[in-house]
Amino acid sequence: MSPVLADVLQVTALIGALALVHRPLGDYMAAVYSSKRHLRIEKWIYRSVGANPDAEMRWPAYLRGILIFSAVGTLFLYVLQRVQDKLPLSLGFKPITPDQAFNTAASFIANTNWQSYSGEVAMSHVTQTAGLAVQNFVSAAVGMAVAVALVRGFARSRTGDLGNFWSDLVRGTVRILIPLSLIAAIILVACGAIQNFGDIHHITTLTGSKQAISPGAVASQEAIKDLGTNGGGFFNANSAHPFESPNGLSNLLEIFLLLVIPFSMPRTFGKMVGSIKQGYAIVAAMGIVWFGAVIAVTWLEYAHPGTASHLAGGAMEGKEQRFGEGASSLFSVSTTMTSTGSVNSFHDSFSGLSGGVLLLGMMLGEITPGGVGSGLYGMLIMAIIAVFLAGLMVGRTPEYLGKKISTREIKLAACYILITPALVLIGTAMAIALPDGKEAMTNIGAHGFSEVLYAYTSASNNNGSAFAGFGANTPFFNTTLGLCMLLGRFLPMVFVLALAGSLAEQKPVPETAGTLRTEKPLFTGLLVGTLLIVTGLTFFPALALGPLAEGLSS
Amino acid sequence: MTLESTKQEDDMSTDTPTRAPHSDVPTGHKDGGRVGAGLFDPKQLVTSLPDAIRKLDPRVMVKSPVMFVVLVGSVVTTVLALKDPGSWFGWVIAVWLWLTVIFANLAEAVAEGRGKAQADTLRKAKTDTVARRLNDGAEEQVPGTELRIGDLVVCEAGDIIPGDGDVVEGVASVDESAITGESAPVIRESGGDRSAVTGGTKVLSDRIVIKITTKPGETFIDRMINLVEGAARQKTPNEIALNILLASLTIVFLLAVVTLKPFALYAGADKQTSLIVLTALLVCLIPTTIGALLSAIGIAGMDRLVQRNVLAMSGRAVEAAGDVSTLLLDKTGTITLGNRQAAEFVPVRGTTEAEVADAAQLSSLADETPEGRSIVVLAKEKYGLRERHQGELVDAEWVPFTAQTRMSGVDVDGRKVRKGATGSVIAWVQERGGEVAEDAQQLTDAISQAGGTPLLVALEDERGPRVLGVIHLKDVVKEGMRERFDELRRMGIKTVMITGDNPLTAKAIADEAGVDDFLAEATPEDKMALIKREQAGGKLVAMTGDGTNDAPALAQADVGVAMNTGTSAAKEAGNMVDLDSNPTKLIEIVEIGKQLLITRGALTTFSIANDVAKYFAIIPAMFAVAYPGLDKLNIMGLASPESAILSAVIFNALIIIALVPLALKGVQYRPMSADKMLRRNLGIYGLGGLIAPFIGIKIIDLLISLIPGIG
Repeated sequence: MSPVLADVLQVTALIGALALVHRPLGDYMAAVYSSKRHLRIEKWIYRSVGANPDAEMRWPAYLRGILIFSAVGTLFLYVLQRVQDKLPLSLGFKPITPDQAFNTAASFIANTNWQSYSGEVAMSHVTQTAGLAVQNFVSAAVGMAVAVALVRGFARSRTGDLGNFWSDLVRGTVRILIPLSLIAAIILVACGAIQNFGDIHHITTLTGSKQAISPGAVASQEAIKDLGTNGGGFFNANSAHPFESPNGLSNLLEIFLLLVIPFSMPRTFGKMVGSIKQGYAIVAAMGIVWFGAVIAVTWLEYAHPGTASHLAGGAMEGKEQRFGEGASSLFSVSTTMTSTGSVNSFHDSFSGLSGGVLLLGMMLGEITPGGVGSGLYGMLIMAIIAVFLAGLMVGRTPEYLGKKISTREIKLAACYILITPALVLIGTAMAIALPDGKEAMTNIGAHGFSEVLYAYTSASNNNGSAFAGFGANTPFFNTTLGLCMLLGRFLPMVFVLALAGSLAEQKPVPETAGTLRTEKPLFTGLLVGTLLIVTGLTFFPALALGPLAEGLSS
Repeated sequence: MTLESTKQEDDMSTDTPTRAPHSDVPTGHKDGGRVGAGLFDPKQLVTSLPDAIRKLDPRVMVKSPVMFVVLVGSVVTTVLALKDPGSWFGWVIAVWLWLTVIFANLAEAVAEGRGKAQADTLRKAKTDTVARRLNDGAEEQVPGTELRIGDLVVCEAGDIIPGDGDVVEGVASVDESAITGESAPVIRESGGDRSAVTGGTKVLSDRIVIKITTKPGETFIDRMINLVEGAARQKTPNEIALNILLASLTIVFLLAVVTLKPFALYAGADKQTSLIVLTALLVCLIPTTIGALLSAIGIAGMDRLVQRNVLAMSGRAVEAAGDVSTLLLDKTGTITLGNRQAAEFVPVRGTTEAEVADAAQLSSLADETPEGRSIVVLAKEKYGLRERHQGELVDAEWVPFTAQTRMSGVDVDGRKVRKGATGSVIAWVQERGGEVAEDAQQLTDAISQAGGTPLLVALEDERGPRVLGVIHLKDVVKEGMRERFDELRRMGIKTVMITGDNPLTAKAIADEAGVDDFLAEATPEDKMALIKREQAGGKLVAMTGDGTNDAPALAQADVGVAMNTGTSAAKEAGNMVDLDSNPTKLIEIVEIGKQLLITRGALTTFSIANDVAKYFAIIPAMFAVAYPGLDKLNIMGLASPESAILSAVIFNALIIIALVPLALKGVQYRPMSADKMLRRNLGIYGLGGLIAPFIGIKIIDLLISLIPGIG
């Protein structure tokens, strides 16, 4: 089988699987968040934290819940890392330094999973399982809760109530993420991923050198790493490590896990607002951009000029050598566009232009299809902007899903779209201008610039993957990137929830022939166009000085 | 009038139609339902220049965040040019940035200038008048400005009415041309719905006593002056929202440009990214086109209404008009012609149609009501019966129509002919011992059920008194109404006909006119309830009204258009006043509202799409030296970095002037579904906005590179 044919079959199988699963999963998630019943274990959790899961919350209360929960989580994770040497199963690792502990705590709370450490040589069993893995679940559940709250804002009228945060958080974890990752973990174990709490194996290799083989609960963390669009690998090599992804099937499964919830959430959205078609318009916009990027990166990598590339049939340096060009490109596009950040190949090694596509994938705001929950709410905000820009052209004040987009709504949406560009651009500018940042850079020229730009783009958009190329474990980077991750995660949530509250208070505007039809292909096209133009205009200069300067010079 | 001359005249006029029932079809729609607008005269650009320069005041400019940034940019580049006076590039950029600001102010000034002309005309009408105030029955002369609410003033023929008020005594014909432009005088009388008079209008005949209802300085004419001058202009909700979005885009671009400096330093392109170049880039990127034209679009929208003799009391109302989803239309005068007209003659058994027609015409000659006239005309047109005149018949005794008898007729040659309301005619026949034909009742019922009004025709001759037949009076739906309602439906607007008729009649007319719904036997309370019901469902409702009892509904409706002929209570309650008092205009108002929003959206899209080309001009110009690969982005093949940046700046300034006529006129609007409209406008302004600057910048670059010493 030729590599190209294999790649085509792989993508086809992936899309087929997603198409098959999105419907039952999307419907199931809608049912979970709409259900009035509580499971026994859920009741037990509510009782133990003293939360009333049936109390409706207005947006400030909902937001307060998120912020308190996340602040407590950050503190806990920070302390856990600082005292890990005194806890059992420490594997003899030292406590993490304050700046790195902050960075890691921020990273896992913000569903970013940027890692300035190598898991296998820094984090103890307890830190990995009780700290990081727990956040892998709940930080994802927080994202989904915010998305559901926004969806309720569209679906409800004449009320400020957005549901109950504690109930949404617990249900997302207990009924969606845990069961799904359980299934995924079992399949991964079946593929050969490891799952144990053993001690480090010290072995002598064939060439006679010593090697330490790290054990761990890898398969379970792997499943939620991808399913919850987290991305923090158990090992530094992430999904390129054979213990994390043993074979081609597990590789494809991991890509599937990255995409399955983000691509199913629009169905949940459609179901909850009472129009499946509206969900399809959103998922189509996500899918078009994702698929376009897959094609672009794969083609650019195969077409990369140079003798070595031609002999290898593509630019293979830094790629997942076991599965080839297509599987690397597919994984990379999927991980950058889902805010996951797990990798099976070195993004730094992609050709200049495809590196640019991966960057752009994050700059779009992680909404194609984006992170669990955050992808949906980000895309809905973009839909509001698109409706506002183009909606005027049908001669009515813009409305989306029967809700008027007027001053308050546009103010909140505008604030939302300002945050990440501000963090990315200011962060990058600081890093390359200040000596603290410059010293850590190991590459020069356009490529060096791309690396810094990638780091801040990844952190601010809560992706977590890295272009590498500079020592990120410095107080400067740990602190600034940590701040980018926290601000890039929680500031947008403030605006999303305020917007949800404002939408829920409105009375619905009935649809007429004069209403902009947001479930039609024309709107999907408009949404994609608005997204690309708005993002493109914001980041064009930065992209020109990094990936474009590098990619066009050859 | 002699018999002969009438005859002759009559014979000559038989083949010319005497009635023109469609003479009052809505105006302004002769070109297929498009909203037209006033012409833009390039001379206005020159005459408005002083105003544009006056608007450079930073306190004024700060209201438009986008243009304020350009103003700051102009100052910065000018300072930089002064510091390095030898550099032609700095000077040229500074000049073009100033021009960008001035062009933006010019657009606003031109839009306002058109209102000013109208305000001047109005001011002439508002000459300081002397009022004849009644003080305990005695007249005293006071200046018009000293009148207080509740004062009684006397006006006689030739007097200018000193203030807004209601006629409390007398009847007069009033010349309101100062306000409406309509020279035909109107009747104003005490009591009823024709009692309101407006200050500044002139009494032509008779004497009236007016009770002043408005303080001086707040009169209708004062408000009108403020409105057309734009002094009372406040930003509308949608305009504010758009401004926020534009401001946030400006911040994004500000960030992109500010951070570009450290990026450039890193890349080793310090020299190519001087502050002048960065300022030029910023001005090119921020949405200056829409930022410059936004307020002109709003003013021009109000102006388009004024040109149609509609005064909107707020911009908010104009915007709401675009969103209206339910139109309440009064049947009479809006959907149907003011009066019922005879449609056919139906004989009872034993008589012929011609007999009925003849008797009907004869009996209607003394009926001067429009209904009566229409019977005479129908008999002439359909049955070839020559219209006879009262003088023609000697010894005829005419029975004119009165509201009491509800009958008219004539006694001539021993024959007595009558026509009138069913009950009255039956009573008349029975009084004289005559028989009412059995099928007369069936015929009248049938006509009633069809939505018409039956009138009976009876004759008493040698065969005794008897009913001959029935005249079918019908409401005549104005020509073209069905098409208009179809258009509205395509735009997603539901039409509801309001009428005092019974449900049967109402349904028949509603079906004929093609409205979506009707409200029969409507009382003001019913109307109010209907509006509230529609609004509860999230709909925006527009209506017209003129009576005092319409006032609550006018106030409740999102768009309430009061007729100028109406009471001052109605005018006070509505948020628009139609000076022509033409209820059909409501449809045009909706279209103008939509056109306003579309123009805003189209120019915003155009403005943002423009940026793509500007990046392709400026980024390679800045960085091709540091990274030669970036020269591949210079797809327009611009001559030199300087000419590329300059061309982008010049294009950015000139496009504002080029789009002024479009902003003032509004983009072409045709009623169609939202989908079609979006597709069309996206094609023109989205795609057009993407492509146009590539061509424009290239052309400007070609011209610049021809100048020796540059490029």
